[in-house]
Amino acid sequence: MSATIAVLDYGSGNLHSATRALAATGARVVLTADADEIAAADGLVVPGVGAFAACMAGLEAVDGPAIIRRRLADHRPVLGICVGEQIMFEVGEEHGIVTPGVGVLPGRVELLHAARLPHMGWNTVNAPVGSRLFEGVAGERFYFVHSYGVHDADWPEGALVSWAEHGGDRFVAAVESGALSVTQFHPEKSGQAGARVLRNWVACLG
Amino acid sequence: MSVAIRVIPCLDVDAGRVVKGVNFANLRDAGDPVALARAYGEQGADEVTFLDISASSQGRATTDEMVTRTAETVFIPLTVGGGVRSADDVDRLLRCGADKIGINTGAIARPQTIAEIADRFGNQVLVLSLDARREAGQPSGYGVTTHGGRRSAGLDALEWVRQAVDLGAGEILLNSMDADGTTAGFDVEMIDAVRSVVSVPLIASGGAGTVGHFVDAARAGADAVLAASVFHYGTLSIAEVKAGLAEAGFEVRTQGALS
Repeated sequence: MSATIAVLDYGSGNLHSATRALAATGARVVLTADADEIAAADGLVVPGVGAFAACMAGLEAVDGPAIIRRRLADHRPVLGICVGEQIMFEVGEEHGIVTPGVGVLPGRVELLHAARLPHMGWNTVNAPVGSRLFEGVAGERFYFVHSYGVHDADWPEGALVSWAEHGGDRFVAAVESGALSVTQFHPEKSGQAGARVLRNWVACLG
Repeated sequence: MSVAIRVIPCLDVDAGRVVKGVNFANLRDAGDPVALARAYGEQGADEVTFLDISASSQGRATTDEMVTRTAETVFIPLTVGGGVRSADDVDRLLRCGADKIGINTGAIARPQTIAEIADRFGNQVLVLSLDARREAGQPSGYGVTTHGGRRSAGLDALEWVRQAVDLGAGEILLNSMDADGTTAGFDVEMIDAVRSVVSVPLIASGGAGTVGHFVDAARAGADAVLAASVFHYGTLSIAEVKAGLAEAGFEVRTQGALS
């Protein structure tokens, strides 16, 4: 039986792209903010574009932070994408506005230190040995579009952190930590390589 | 390793159909934008840009449907430009599945629109598209045009770009009206001039005829190169352009063994 994935519906702009790309993996995908429907799904995906504070406000309006925390406490899979990645960290700072995140990963989201921003386009990712997300896609490029990111943190034990670099600045491209996986890039917009990352994640469900 | 130079084919679309000749031997219906976007995606295009030239609201509705259908099967970034006047237009196109929105005349008519869009959706969705040419009366020597290059907008191109980025444009699509359609090469002097005043990504457009032209644009500081006819008529393939860029020392995205 194919896995069921809930895409958290909180008004973010790229919900449909994520939904379509996940459906292309063969999974059954539902776009929902219903806590019971999410609890019943094998995986939860949290996409996101735009500003950190706006995404957090959208999430809070559907009780998203509590849903995510509860799910991870039960060791059930969650995937965050782009700003959906960023809001998993403790705090985000954009334009001098500091906003608390969901806080299921340590670290601070801040402006990248590159001359050319946004970081826009296809970049390589340096994934650690043992990464399941990047299995079969070593050396491939993924589509990034963002100006903010996480530079470093006191990572939980066993966390696998992948890195990307732009304009001499190194930042987090992905984290796999227990039931939580996050990518700063957009796997749903990264062609065949991104499709493989999504399939890799779906293969770990249930 | 760093971010790759993007190679972007651009399709002119009227009421959901590709116009201006597109000559793809292996496609039964060369006017179908969805089939063309998919074909370019398979050939390694890093993004696809649709320029909607529909004049009627009915044509626009058909375009929305086209964007929706494309986003269902083409998993690379899609930019849609043409006729964008407000943040609500952007909202509609993003909901259809566009990733980035190009704004041109609408921003000239009312610059504040740029800030309204960036505030609501982030500057990464907003591409300022400008048709510029050499214009002796402007301080920088480059002026902005409207109506496909036929009219001067009375704006200095460099000043306009600077203002648009301050307001929230996240990327610049610089189309040279002097070079457009000539296949004699990009206007590298203008690319260099615009590059020097902004730090956001810059897409060069207009004048591509050979692989060497794309290399020249990258050397002048373009982060991405966009072309229409050379790709549509099969004069050059995406792969040939990328091979030329790679040979010149630029990083490009090649599709690995994945399929």
